[in-house]
Amino acid sequence: MLMATIASHAVELDEEGFFVHPEDWDEEMVPELAAREGIEDLTEAHWAVIRFMRREWLDKGTGPTVRVLGRTSGVSIKELYELFPKGPAKVAARIAGIPKPRGCI
Amino acid sequence: MGFDRDVTTNVVVLGGGTGGTLAANRLRRLLPAGDVAITVVDQDDRHVYQPGLLFVPFGLAKVDDLVRPRQRQLRDGIDFVRAPVDHVDLERDEVHVAGPDGAHSVLGYDVLVVASGARLVPEETEGLSGRGWMERVFTFYTPEGAAALEGALATFDGGRVVVNVVDLPVKCPVAPLEFCFLADWWFREHGLRDRVDLVYATPLDGAFTKPVAAAHLGGMLADRGIDLVTEFTTGSVDGGDTSTEGRLVAYDGRELAFDLAVVVPLHAGAEYVDRSPGLGDALGFVPTDQHTLQSKVAPNVFVIGDAADVPASKAGSVAHFEGETLVGNVVRYLRDEPLEPGFDGHANCFIETGFHKALLIDFNYDTEPLPGRYPGSIGLPLLRESRLNHVGKLLFESLYWHSLLPGRDLPGIGASMPAAGKKGVPAC
Repeated sequence: MLMATIASHAVELDEEGFFVHPEDWDEEMVPELAAREGIEDLTEAHWAVIRFMRREWLDKGTGPTVRVLGRTSGVSIKELYELFPKGPAKVAARIAGIPKPRGCI
Repeated sequence: MGFDRDVTTNVVVLGGGTGGTLAANRLRRLLPAGDVAITVVDQDDRHVYQPGLLFVPFGLAKVDDLVRPRQRQLRDGIDFVRAPVDHVDLERDEVHVAGPDGAHSVLGYDVLVVASGARLVPEETEGLSGRGWMERVFTFYTPEGAAALEGALATFDGGRVVVNVVDLPVKCPVAPLEFCFLADWWFREHGLRDRVDLVYATPLDGAFTKPVAAAHLGGMLADRGIDLVTEFTTGSVDGGDTSTEGRLVAYDGRELAFDLAVVVPLHAGAEYVDRSPGLGDALGFVPTDQHTLQSKVAPNVFVIGDAADVPASKAGSVAHFEGETLVGNVVRYLRDEPLEPGFDGHANCFIETGFHKALLIDFNYDTEPLPGRYPGSIGLPLLRESRLNHVGKLLFESLYWHSLLPGRDLPGIGASMPAAGKKGVPAC
């Protein structure tokens, strides 16, 4: 666990950088969280994926894996990797303030 | 067809594999035949002992010995319908079964048990089922693929062998690692190991999902000179031809060249799930309560085995351990009693490591695989290679047909994960 200050709010992150308390997240933190992932130019497409991740987590209790994201978000897996080159599911989950997607059993 | 008007209650089980067979057999014992009809539906009559497929490429098992008729594994008093399911109508509590003439027959149900497992969808990965498929690119997850790979290994004289899991979920997540260990052993036995580069490419960030086991298994790969490539999410496969080598290409641009690829394709639920409004998720698995095994889509639909979206391994041992909770809750549902959240995510797997040894892992939703012994402090060693575990793995096939499928409890093997014998788990 480590504490980080994002958009002047103190938040707790796990050792992989995922939010420990997703309820602490707010949209105003997104630009700074994205910058921490090396994404400086946040486009509408990034926002769409981040909001989709957040909604899926609220509905289902887990964020989608990249494969599910490619099927349900309207953005293809190829495009997802262009938006989030270091791994769409994990990076978008960190920016969306939700836990690590649960596909890994 | 199957719909018995003399009885008051119909239980329909979709799938006659591990989960469906043991659930139907256990239910038949618990529910009086005069009151409750049990019908199992499957599209074919070939029940494959899937753990045996791993051994086929190495000549250690024959496909024909791994297959038995589905119907023969069912107790008396269970109807078997051999036909593909077209769709399930959750509003009307009906299963629509496709007939030979294109017409549908309808099976009404009071309780539906979805046990139709997971299906391989190699066609969902660009190029995987294209050129080189079954020539230079194989899977051992089907009887045909395992047999074809045996032929390919028999004439293989060296080069780069890449073992790859395209993405999770997959059945038996340790099987690709076992394949690596057995391939290392097999190439050594045949005097080829110094001419073979063996690579394991996984979408995970380590050799396995759970940290202690991942570190242990990763060490075993390194000890054997098997390269581990992590976070490799395969986007496309080119099988190559006689003049060019094959290539796996990840979405992030990394490439792995190969002379022989052993690929575990993407998995999805049964096709009819996609055709059944409201039944499945985006991948065709059925949303299911992970403790009661009641589906989240309708109260009279229950799910066992790989067909469920629960966060447990897709493995026969899980279907087995789920059996007790599932049939108990089906009976409670029929009696209007509250369901019990009995399933703890218990899974165990023998991991074949070559040289006539195996290791055993045992875990559940909350406890990762740990060292120790199973099922108690005197028992099989956990997370450690031993000949005893290899013997256990071989003996298990007989237990599967004669105890597990008929729905008998295995002596000393409870449905819940035992904490006694594990290092680091407080005995309670």
